[in-house]
Amino acid sequence: MGLLSKKDAVLLSDPLADNNPITIQVLGICSALAITAELKASIVMAVSVLFVLGLGNVVISLMRNIIPSKIRIIVQLIVVATLVIIVDLVLKAFAYELSKTLSVFVGLIITNCIIMGRFEAFALGNGPWRSFLDGIGNAVGYGVILIAVGFFRELLGSGTLLGFKVLGDSIEKTGLYALGYENNGFMLLSPMALIVVGIIIWIQRSRNTSLIEEN
Amino acid sequence: MEHLELFFKSIFIDNMVFATFLGMCSYLAVSKKVATAVGLGAAVIFVLAVTVPLNWLLDQYILQDGALAWLGEEYAQYDLSFLSFIMFIATIATMVQLVEIIVEKFSPSLYNSLGIFLPLIAVNCAILGGSLFMQSREIPTLGLSLTYGVGSGIGWFLAILAIAAIREKIRYSSVPPALRGLGITFIITGLMAIGFMSFGGMLTGGDEEKKEEKPVTEVAIKKKTEKTSAKEMVAENTNIN
Repeated sequence: MGLLSKKDAVLLSDPLADNNPITIQVLGICSALAITAELKASIVMAVSVLFVLGLGNVVISLMRNIIPSKIRIIVQLIVVATLVIIVDLVLKAFAYELSKTLSVFVGLIITNCIIMGRFEAFALGNGPWRSFLDGIGNAVGYGVILIAVGFFRELLGSGTLLGFKVLGDSIEKTGLYALGYENNGFMLLSPMALIVVGIIIWIQRSRNTSLIEEN
Repeated sequence: MEHLELFFKSIFIDNMVFATFLGMCSYLAVSKKVATAVGLGAAVIFVLAVTVPLNWLLDQYILQDGALAWLGEEYAQYDLSFLSFIMFIATIATMVQLVEIIVEKFSPSLYNSLGIFLPLIAVNCAILGGSLFMQSREIPTLGLSLTYGVGSGIGWFLAILAIAAIREKIRYSSVPPALRGLGITFIITGLMAIGFMSFGGMLTGGDEEKKEEKPVTEVAIKKKTEKTSAKEMVAENTNIN
């Protein structure tokens, strides 16, 4: 850890597990669940949030001493909205199909609680480098859950990963399908995202009992 | 009729929480007690009812491709739709502030019950989501956008009320320790969402039927025959949305 001091490394590693934004802080669930039916969309969403949160944290942190606290919410919203517009335009230019699948959920990164939450809780009180690390750490923690949910939903729901037919062809009955395996179409519907996240939380808390809530 | 259809569609079928997961953060955070859940739900209905029509006007007369034509010929070719995120969120943030001031002035009792929730609402995804869906679904008139706003708000209200009531009761049951709190709430919400999916049969393919103006009885029969394929229908609906 030449570049990172121990304290900084914690900023990066903590949100990955014990302080995960989705499963522990309960932030950013809003736009996370609806787009996880496909792995590809989950990855794009995770990368977009990484970009917005990493950069946004730095910008807010640089401005933290000149923002009057009364109007800080508006300032934060403008910063996020600008970054999200950049993401949206880039997606429309280079991955038009994908931006159609994500539809309004790119725009909803603006009100993704994880972003406002990190601005409020961290970037307003810390220097740019530490804020950057915090942003990256939290965005990666968010992305890990998103990609895990996307992985299981796409694998079990349509038998593909990133569009590749990893389990064989369901129409020509090759691979696993020859043995009578069927896709679980239910995994593609929105309620299953909630249940998959619920199960992830369950597993995480069974492994680390200190996270268990008092009802 | 159009209004009624959109109203019920936005409450039950395209329910903010169960179909699109909007406003999940506050939905999970503020649903421990029924009383607070009612306060937040009422505030969401209120703010959605104000901001969706307002953003509809903005979209129609400023942001859309060629929307500036009312300013004169030379403005007709401008397309400002890339600004919609920033305009919508600015409108929402200012409206929330305004609403807060007005409510405080004219109805202190309502302010006391909504007060703490109003500022929270500016960053509730359900509010921005309402405006963005209004834009992407191309809702045609101002009146319909109001109906859509109110309907979505009521849908959100119902969802948070239901989960808060369940969470109040679940305190007396023995949930596996690791699932307590957040985990079980997720799973209950998932189960409720499955329940709400059955409403999908109510107005399947609403958009095509609207144009044909079918009598109600026929729709009811159609509903029965389509029940088997309701799953695909819902999948299709959510994809379109």
